[in-house]
Amino acid sequence: MNATTKTISRADVTLLPIAFAVLGGLTLLFASGYAQASVLHDAAHDQRHAMAFPCH
Amino acid sequence: MSQRLLTSAVFAGVAAGLIAAALQFMFVIPALLEGELFETGARIHFGADGSPESDRGAPGLGGDWGRHLMTVGFNIVTYVGFGFLMLAAMAFAELRGLTMITARQGLIWGLCGFVAIQLAPAFGLPPELPGTPAAEIGPRQTWWLGTLIATTLGLWVIAFGRGWVALSGIVLILAPHLIGAPHLEAYWGVAPPELAAEFVSLSLGTAAAGWTALGGLCAWFWTRDTP
Repeated sequence: MNATTKTISRADVTLLPIAFAVLGGLTLLFASGYAQASVLHDAAHDQRHAMAFPCH
Repeated sequence: MSQRLLTSAVFAGVAAGLIAAALQFMFVIPALLEGELFETGARIHFGADGSPESDRGAPGLGGDWGRHLMTVGFNIVTYVGFGFLMLAAMAFAELRGLTMITARQGLIWGLCGFVAIQLAPAFGLPPELPGTPAAEIGPRQTWWLGTLIATTLGLWVIAFGRGWVALSGIVLILAPHLIGAPHLEAYWGVAPPELAAEFVSLSLGTAAAGWTALGGLCAWFWTRDTP
């Protein structure tokens, strides 16, 4: 019974919020990993090396 | 229900980002700071006298807490970003009726994320110590991005495709490595090879733990009962 309720509530997700999540995720990752602006780059430097983002 | 997607990604991303940051400070950042000693010339390994010998030992984290705070902050931003993509993929798979996510399945999703985003690109472009000269940034970013997209699609097709379609995932995963990552024509590294090798293992191992945590937490928040 419990499992059925869960299934129904999660199945309410449509393509729109999924697309929104993808967009939000890409925006955050662009800032933390890809953007070359030097202020961002210097602040994110160690984390980018640790995550092996190609950063410079 | 988009709210559940949002909150799950944020909670899982913050938690996984903190776990990843803690592991990085234990294992990766000390090697990174040791690499900087060679980058700046404070230590010299390949000396003019021809002796490839230098002292071993990380300099310690030092007192630059602003810098380290930024590392924690950007880990959180990065993992929340990946959390959004992870949950979008999970929700999409459920929407299409491909699977119903469980928290334990999430661990496997996390490992696949590690393979696609960290391991596959590292196969061609190993994580670099500071001061490692490398090919131009543009082509490397392009290859890196192409590789993680191809590997993600490849793993997806293997997981959810049927018959021969599933096997085509192998081609997608292999293709970027047959093309080959951009590299310089010569070696220019100034740090000891041992340190560079250790840095690669440490950063990949740490990322594997961070990604597994992210996948498990995303799925756990996504599937947990709400009153």
